Amino acid sequence: MTALETQPHSHASGTDSEARPVFATEPRVLGLPASAWPRILAPLVIGVMALGLWEFAVWWNAIPQYILPGPILIGQTLIADWGTLSSSLWITLKITFMALAAAVIVGVTLAVLFTQSKWLEMSLLPYAVILQVTPIVAIAPLIIIWAGDINLSLLICAWIVAFFPILSNTILGLNSADHNLINLFQLYGATRWQTMRYLKLPAALPYFLAGLKISGGLALIGAVVAEFVAGTGGSASGLAYRILEAGYQLKIPRVFAALIMISLSGIAIFLATSWISHLLLRRWHESALKREN
Amino acid sequence: MDLASLSTPTKEHAAASGRPLVQIRGVSKQFANGTLAVRDVNLGLGTGEFVSLLGPSGCGKSTLLRMIAGLGSPSSGVIDWPTTGHDAGGRPERDLGFVFQDPTLMPWATALANVMMPLTLKGIRKGEAQDRAARMLALVGLKGFESSYPRELSGGMKMRVSIARGLVLKPKILLMDEPFAALDEITRHRLNDDLLELWWQEKFTAVFVTHSVFESVYLSKRIVVMAARPGRVMADLDVDAPYPRDELFRTSPEYAHLCRVVSGKLKEAIGS
Repeated sequence: MTALETQPHSHASGTDSEARPVFATEPRVLGLPASAWPRILAPLVIGVMALGLWEFAVWWNAIPQYILPGPILIGQTLIADWGTLSSSLWITLKITFMALAAAVIVGVTLAVLFTQSKWLEMSLLPYAVILQVTPIVAIAPLIIIWAGDINLSLLICAWIVAFFPILSNTILGLNSADHNLINLFQLYGATRWQTMRYLKLPAALPYFLAGLKISGGLALIGAVVAEFVAGTGGSASGLAYRILEAGYQLKIPRVFAALIMISLSGIAIFLATSWISHLLLRRWHESALKREN
Repeated sequence: MDLASLSTPTKEHAAASGRPLVQIRGVSKQFANGTLAVRDVNLGLGTGEFVSLLGPSGCGKSTLLRMIAGLGSPSSGVIDWPTTGHDAGGRPERDLGFVFQDPTLMPWATALANVMMPLTLKGIRKGEAQDRAARMLALVGLKGFESSYPRELSGGMKMRVSIARGLVLKPKILLMDEPFAALDEITRHRLNDDLLELWWQEKFTAVFVTHSVFESVYLSKRIVVMAARPGRVMADLDVDAPYPRDELFRTSPEYAHLCRVVSGKLKEAIGS
């Protein structure tokens, strides 16, 4: 017998489970993961410094407020005009969210239909692209004339801008389901609906959510741009209308206040869609996992 | 010393095991680009057998396996299921499980939900499906990992989930396409042992595609050696070593001897 001979053992115990990947668990500070704080604090510090510099520059050069108001004045205007501005914000946000909802419904429905029928995709997708590449500012006047109702035309404009990323991302997602899994579903005699429900839609979820993140911001931009085009001719009184109005009256602090509200809304929409995406993907998708090496 | 022997199966042997579960007759497969992947394969897969399709890459073993599963049809010849029923369209109601080279799990679903998938597709009630899937997971040694997502499992564990999914409908035949090729040797040995035990308990027919001589000899009752370009059957060998096989068999001289013989056959097949 050779010297190599050892006691026969049937199982090297635990090799499998010990080979599991290790995921990082972080300590939390004030309810947030420790690594999140620098990402919040660093831009905050820069922001405060920039605002300070701005205020100082305005004061030092004695810039009149109808050219560039300082941040403190803008803040005061925001509080003083809160009544008018907040109701305008509400109108703009309502159009934004309705457009986003319509973009999700139409985008996902079209994507599902397109993946069911190549013919449908071949014949309709080019028109979706045309809709996407045509500048909204150029067709907004036409839409306003045709739609009659100003709110409806704003909604249509915002929807046109917002729906394409959802459509194209969802199509990509539906087509990128694992080929072997599709084979497996075929083996088990899955119906089209079952394959869609249990395989293609979940596979498309990360792509759809990436599209949603883009479309959220675009819906807001679409709503504001369309209102700018509709301008004073419309009866709407969204934030864009307030900006135009204040501009004519040289109430520049108010322009800035409205601008800040739009920006903050955009940031809030981005954070909300990112948060939804994180909630839905955190257990399984590569993008939401943190690995420890 | 009683050396296990390799023999070419005879007509009587085939008759003894009754009607085969799958009968492959004169099957060829030519792809659209002209490649002749499989040429004139005749093979009967008996009930309860453990058959390995062994050959170099490009010998059409995976193509053959996929055709048995009904993924892609032969260019000529037939794959018959003499003992199973046929649906209205005349297609056999293949009662099979399939394990791919990759675990091919749905990343968004837990281990349990992945194993439940075939049951769900067959319209089995959720409660019952959960029970059956949980039992199957326990059987492949993953009790306690029901709610783990594939990303949280190791390569070997993912393959176990994949095998559990393949077996959850209690199929008559389990087709495996190089399932352990991507795993490290220690994990592969363990999975080989556990697969044999499952096969012994559950009594399904196993068809195992591999390019490893050692794996095929360790597992199989029968080894079909294939050659490439065009893919064809070169030898059909019986492995007359008794089950259950374990680590002792893996280190025995008879195992070494069998591996040598099969290696020789494989070399012939590659050289031809």
